[in-house]
Amino acid sequence: MTLGYIARRLGVFVIILWLAATVNFIIPRLAPVNPIREKLLQAVSFGGAGKTDMERVVAVYEEKFGLTRPLWQQYITYLQDVARLDFGVSIANFPSAVMDIILRALPWTIGLLLLATLIAFAIGTVLGALVAWPRSPSALNVVLAPLLTLSAIPFYLLGLILVYFLAFSLKWFPLSGGYTLGTIPRMNLAFFLDAAYHSILPALSIILASVGTWAIGMRGMMITGLEEDYITFAEAKGLKGSDIFWKYALRNALLPQTTALALSLGFIVSGAVLVEVVFGYPGVGTVLYRAIQTFDYFVIYGVVMILIFAIGLATLIMDLIYPLLDPRISYQKR
Amino acid sequence: MNSSLSTWVRPLRNPLLIAGIVLLLVVTLFGPVGSLFVDTNKAKVGSAMPDQRPSVEHPLGTDTVGRDILAVVVVGTPLTLRIGLIAGTIGLGIGTLFGFLAGYFGGWVDTVLKGAADVLLTVPGLLFLVVIATTLRGAVSVDMMALVVASLAWMWPTRTIRSQVLTLRERQFVLVARLSGLNGFEIIVRELIPNLLPYLAASFVSAVSAAILASIGLEALGLGPQNQLTLGMTIYWAQYYTSVLRGLWWWWAPPIVIIILTFLGLFLVSMGLDQIANPKLRRAA
Repeated sequence: MTLGYIARRLGVFVIILWLAATVNFIIPRLAPVNPIREKLLQAVSFGGAGKTDMERVVAVYEEKFGLTRPLWQQYITYLQDVARLDFGVSIANFPSAVMDIILRALPWTIGLLLLATLIAFAIGTVLGALVAWPRSPSALNVVLAPLLTLSAIPFYLLGLILVYFLAFSLKWFPLSGGYTLGTIPRMNLAFFLDAAYHSILPALSIILASVGTWAIGMRGMMITGLEEDYITFAEAKGLKGSDIFWKYALRNALLPQTTALALSLGFIVSGAVLVEVVFGYPGVGTVLYRAIQTFDYFVIYGVVMILIFAIGLATLIMDLIYPLLDPRISYQKR
Repeated sequence: MNSSLSTWVRPLRNPLLIAGIVLLLVVTLFGPVGSLFVDTNKAKVGSAMPDQRPSVEHPLGTDTVGRDILAVVVVGTPLTLRIGLIAGTIGLGIGTLFGFLAGYFGGWVDTVLKGAADVLLTVPGLLFLVVIATTLRGAVSVDMMALVVASLAWMWPTRTIRSQVLTLRERQFVLVARLSGLNGFEIIVRELIPNLLPYLAASFVSAVSAAILASIGLEALGLGPQNQLTLGMTIYWAQYYTSVLRGLWWWWAPPIVIIILTFLGLFLVSMGLDQIANPKLRRAA
């Protein structure tokens, strides 16, 4: 891995962030109406917020964005704020800072996503490899069909179905939320178990809907890989079947599979955001949903920015550790 | 002549492809045929008693605001398919153009187009769409929805077509065509496109399914067309009125079943096309 490669890869990461920030800056300004003013007027007309509160919100934003200054200056200030992860204050929950709201929700999302994705990836990869392996029982093919069917269903629709059957009808799992209402989130075993119990169904809907995708991808890779000379050679040497499977066939088919994981992170996160909405799970997906319902624009843009940042960072890390997995790759410029 | 005939007949022997096409036909015809038997006026708010279980009068029951669910899905299915088809067509069109430009001409054109596709692919498209849809909010129609979703439906087609063009470009028959004096455009139309048909079809299918997925995702977040009953909006309203927690299964289940059948059909078609394009995968299937 050369320094040049690392620099190029970092460059792509910065471009993604810049692109996301710029979209966040430009798109709202293309709209015929100023969404913030509209929102403020609406709040005043509902009479929900006091007149003085609104004045304070306006004051914060006028000062913050210097809305009277030329556009390019606003743009520069905006980029500086984003670089400092300062997304302003929430309109619906004034005066909470957007970043504080997101930071409170982020651990839930990362925990749920990380676990569900890793479990699905591991099960799917091994299953797909086994299906392609000529010596495995043919009954395995029967498992693949329903899993593939499930993978055609969006995460959150599967979530709705699971809630109905497992939580509403059978009452095995809680209907919604990330922990039992009334308990205060703190770091002890009881709370952790409660949270784990609440996250089984959301995790299950992500896992069930993605195992099939990993399995079918791995199967294709294994089938091509099994025809390679090194497999024939390993068999000729008289190696144990399980050694050939784990150390030769699966090990080599794993690499494109990891690339696929890096490529589909964005897709998985989009799906998980919606799963959180279905389950009222206290992560950023639910924060985004509430913000959309309450026209809380700064929270919306903040969540979008943070999620793109997180995914960009995850892809960056995966790209940087990839050469450790596959020494054949040289990062010379093509 | 014989060989070209077999390229057209062979796909029809692929069971996955056939099953997928049949499923998609059923879903496509559900709206038009259904509207012959079901009064679509019953999809209006307040046309029936709210929260009725399925009965002879309302085969799929009614929702909390007094809509007949059967009428709702008869109206909604074509709308959702329309979003998918418009966005898929635009996505495939842009993707094919970019793919050919990048693959055939190479150089800086390739660097820019492939770079753009790669960068946008790693970004969760739904989030960009959320920003766009938030801005458009309140003024979104079904067709506008399709355009919004189409803006991010071209990257996969671009990549697929580009990589295929790259391999095809070096083949003997393309060289022969070039030596026999065909120009770049003629080579693309007469030599490359016929060979790319399975990939073009597969790209179209993936663009359509990505578009439908993105559109129902936006709708689930409440960013869909508020006044039109696409399947995604029906699910949104069902969620909004907590139909799952109140046991009104006849409200949320029908749109979900139709969406699942649609994705399943698209999925089977793409698997079938994949097998036709890569015969190796057929083994052990």
